[in-house]
Amino acid sequence: MHKLIDSLFMRELGNPILREKKDSAVVKIGKKKLAFTTDSYVVNPIFFPGGDIGSLAVYGTVNDLAVCGAKPLFISLGLIIEEGLDRDLLERIVRSISLAAKRSGVRVVTGDTKVVERGSCDKIFINTSGIGEIYYPGLSIDKIRAGDSVIVSGPIGDHAISVLSKREGISFSSKVKSDSAPLNGLIARVLKASDKVKFMRDPTRGGVATTLNEMVIGGKFGIAIDEESLPVTGGVKAGCELLGFDPLYLACEGRVLIVVQKDHADKVLRVMRPDPLGRSACVIGRVVKEFPGKVYLETLSGGRRIVGMLSGEQLPRIC
Amino acid sequence: MRYVDEFRNRRLIDKVAQEIRGAADPDLVYNIMEVCGTHTMSIFRFGLRDILPKGIKLISGPGCPVCVTPNEFIDKAIAIANAKGVIVATFGDMLKVPGSRSSLEKEKAKGRDIRIVYSSLDALDLARKYTTKRIVFLGIGFETTAPTVAQSILIAKKERLSNYFVLCGHKTMPEVMEVLVHDKLIKVDAFLLPGHVSAIIGLHPYEFLSVKYKKRCVISGFEPIDILQSILMIIRQRKPKVEIQYDRIIEKSGNPLARRSISKVFEKCPSTWRGIGSVRNSGLKIRRSYKEFDAEVKFKPKIEEPKDNIRCFCGYILKGLKTPYDCPSFARACTPEDPVGACMVSSEGTCAAYYKYGKDTTHSR
Amino acid sequence: MCLAVPMKIVEINGDEGFVESSGLKRKANFSLIKSPKIGEYVLLHAGFAIEKVKESEAKKTLKILRSI
Repeated sequence: MHKLIDSLFMRELGNPILREKKDSAVVKIGKKKLAFTTDSYVVNPIFFPGGDIGSLAVYGTVNDLAVCGAKPLFISLGLIIEEGLDRDLLERIVRSISLAAKRSGVRVVTGDTKVVERGSCDKIFINTSGIGEIYYPGLSIDKIRAGDSVIVSGPIGDHAISVLSKREGISFSSKVKSDSAPLNGLIARVLKASDKVKFMRDPTRGGVATTLNEMVIGGKFGIAIDEESLPVTGGVKAGCELLGFDPLYLACEGRVLIVVQKDHADKVLRVMRPDPLGRSACVIGRVVKEFPGKVYLETLSGGRRIVGMLSGEQLPRIC
Repeated sequence: MRYVDEFRNRRLIDKVAQEIRGAADPDLVYNIMEVCGTHTMSIFRFGLRDILPKGIKLISGPGCPVCVTPNEFIDKAIAIANAKGVIVATFGDMLKVPGSRSSLEKEKAKGRDIRIVYSSLDALDLARKYTTKRIVFLGIGFETTAPTVAQSILIAKKERLSNYFVLCGHKTMPEVMEVLVHDKLIKVDAFLLPGHVSAIIGLHPYEFLSVKYKKRCVISGFEPIDILQSILMIIRQRKPKVEIQYDRIIEKSGNPLARRSISKVFEKCPSTWRGIGSVRNSGLKIRRSYKEFDAEVKFKPKIEEPKDNIRCFCGYILKGLKTPYDCPSFARACTPEDPVGACMVSSEGTCAAYYKYGKDTTHSR
Repeated sequence: MCLAVPMKIVEINGDEGFVESSGLKRKANFSLIKSPKIGEYVLLHAGFAIEKVKESEAKKTLKILRSI
């Protein structure tokens, strides 16, 4: 995917804003700095423990705005619906979207619906775009320095496992619920408490490993992850052992990775933990001078191994 | 997690690593071949090479059933997938493995009905659900997996399912190990034996390795403590023998029920191993009494002459003669997204392990 | 492919049943092991229990290692 983006989209469409490849584009209109993002949702199955394609579509876009230091304000909603989709199902999804928007404090202000013939899309695909107002400018990969702490807001991999547990042919039942949630409230607390937050991103497709790699690739720094401090719930661990997955590569839809100056890490954790979405927040690693451009894991056996970008084993239609 | 977390305990790991450093003769090099792909992955995943002394050399062997499956099998599976009304059900790792001209993944993208399952039982479910389709399950795996596939055939027979078939590519371990020890180019002093294959076949099939060939052998589990304890046991052996480290699972006589299941449905036959060639008695094929479930008999898949990719070093790697770093295609022309050979895409493939965990390792090899 | 995970038997219906680990429940087939019992741990591979986990041996191994 990264290769496709670089070789085709950047080549044809490249401009300085697009080239920054942030979760949201930061655009200036007059004196105002806005964040603008878009995402499409094709998750299969459309209903899974802890969420559905509707709530996912809202939270995903809200989070892409929030991690750029923006207050999410307005969402657009584009639906592509397969002919014959059960009316009840559609109603459930739209109600879920409405609830998610209320919960996130955003408004759906425009939208579009297309119905395509049976077989042209799988039940329903959703695209949401979002606009937010930047209140914490300057978050950037360029601000990252050796010594910075890497924080995760909660246990990893819950979303991926909950979706997989409902796939045909996989047949296991699990108490694991998707972590899909709006992070703008939690992030606002963090950004209010510290002015030394360097960069944030939510670990969706490709998980924590891929997201951290994206932060350092081609750069002057590496990241060391401490395996023992990685928060993984028992249910996700069991699912990973059973299916042969590595939790570091599993998508989360309600978690944020925060890179913050080391001496502010405690302060940040203190404001995160009272929030239900940040209860298990913890430091999982640090930015280092060694192995520039790479992410490595200090394993629980005392060894070390490189944690590469997710290659090959992509889980299809996880978000 | 029970029976997992305790065997990943950091303090215990440090202790055993310390013991190994004390017990290993600093002037000796111990060439230990870990035959099972899951061992290869474990060693990398937990960074075990970093805590072992330099004199302990861990060599990956041909214990990855997907990697050793020759192109011919993939070509047949593809031919069957192109037949009318067929659903091919397969374990996930087979999807990206390149055949002579295509792969199951590429065929799936062209619209063939190819589905990933985690068990032959899932394939049986497909057969029950899609009664107008013919479900063909790709039977790949060693003695750990073979009895589970045998059971699926027995269930299909009991339920009189007429639309369930197995394309049998199962292989067995001990015979190929004899080929390895005969090979003058391969330098191996000891074997870390596959824990789960051994759960089925027990200890006896390996005894020839220590009795005839004087190799030290330990049947090992897959957690870091299991592997480290097994290495310690290998170093401490005065006389070469076959020992069991994984005794919370392994019975000396293995699992007779599982072995009976294998011999009821399958019989031994010669089998071609990628990189090694044909090995007598190292494969399984479906017995005539169950031929109505045999995909080879039912479909008689027609394929062109299978051809191997000359840019692929899998053969040398599977025998432990070269490491993936020696292969000119590794991480260049051959990546998990665009593989040249099977070793790069199997979940237990040596090249996959090296690519995921070892490329640009934090210590040089 | 050798992927096999220790899981606890929680339900038995003839040859089949359910196994569980950390809240994750999966259907399992017990036809390859002798007299499965609820509460026992088994090694699950490709949907089948292929062997029982011997608690006493596991404890022994850990005890030996702890005493090094």
